[in-house]
Amino acid sequence: MSETQGIAEEQSSTEISSQKTITLKIAKYNPDHDSSSQFASFTVPYERWTTVLDAILDVKKHLDHSVAVRYSCRQASCGSCGMKINGRPRLACFTKISELNSDVVTVEPMNNYPIVRDLVVDMGKLITNHKKMMPYVVRDDSEITTDTKEFAQTPEQLEEYIQFANCIKCGLCNSACPTMATDSSFLGPQALAQAYRYVADNRDKGKDKRLKIIDESHGIWRCHFAGSCSQVCPKGVDPAMGIQLLRGYLLGFKK
Amino acid sequence: MRESTIMKIHYGTALGAVVLVAVHILFRITMMDYGESLEYQNVLANYKFVPYAIMLEIILVLLSVHGFNGLRVILLELKQGRSYEKAVTYGCVAAMAGLVAYGSRTILMTSMGMT
Repeated sequence: MSETQGIAEEQSSTEISSQKTITLKIAKYNPDHDSSSQFASFTVPYERWTTVLDAILDVKKHLDHSVAVRYSCRQASCGSCGMKINGRPRLACFTKISELNSDVVTVEPMNNYPIVRDLVVDMGKLITNHKKMMPYVVRDDSEITTDTKEFAQTPEQLEEYIQFANCIKCGLCNSACPTMATDSSFLGPQALAQAYRYVADNRDKGKDKRLKIIDESHGIWRCHFAGSCSQVCPKGVDPAMGIQLLRGYLLGFKK
Repeated sequence: MRESTIMKIHYGTALGAVVLVAVHILFRITMMDYGESLEYQNVLANYKFVPYAIMLEIILVLLSVHGFNGLRVILLELKQGRSYEKAVTYGCVAAMAGLVAYGSRTILMTSMGMT
């Protein structure tokens, strides 16, 4: 029992074994009280495997437990811990301090979202736009209807959209998007990539409806094709390409 | 009008303008010395040659449509709001019509020798 406790204690903090430290600058902002964001600096020990999220939680545990941060799975699956790390949108749980090659690590809330507090942003609009795209297969029949067989797909048909099905809704793409920075009504790369995911799915029958939704004044045509959305995606989704492929449908190059 | 239709017009006018402006420049370079082609009498002669005047009129329309739609897009991205967007759209259409009307008047008057 005492041995288990000893192991648990050693794992709970990197301070015991680490010699290396970094300065972690965390943006602190409470919209109810503060007029602007201020950076709070902390010296945090780290190991080769320490992630930025680990460092933030270390600060929260030992130095300042008022730091607001959202996280869940810690394995780049849930998309909760998206934030700006050294100026670039990344997942905190997926970014190791050792790979940043910097003695100072700055963490800020993602751009293009309203700040709830410190590193936590309001993802409401992203979810609303995602839902607008009807993120489900639209059909009249279903796999449980009588006389309907399984909706089988060939590997080639799956290949058409599978990359876009990897989206974890972390919102990093929207944060990096220059159009989102100025056009508050723009649907955003996340929603548009999701629209493509279903439009390209051969089982889906909702293509016309989705194309109508994105074909509006703040829809797909406002994309400048900067490509930053694709650069920051931690799951290898390529929203910029999805948007261009969707434009192909709207311009009549693709059926 | 659907945004995809507007953008088809936008891309089409850009392509058309590039081709016709290229033809226009080629005429300037190939017919005579470039400096000479910009002399007053030679410029007037262009307008009096009806096919050329028609081409200039088409260039005017293509560039006006493309340019003012581009301006509309930029303004829509800068600020949002129902009344603002309506004002931008109608403002750009009006400005485009105004420019085409004024340019056409110039082309027409010059081709008819009313200078």
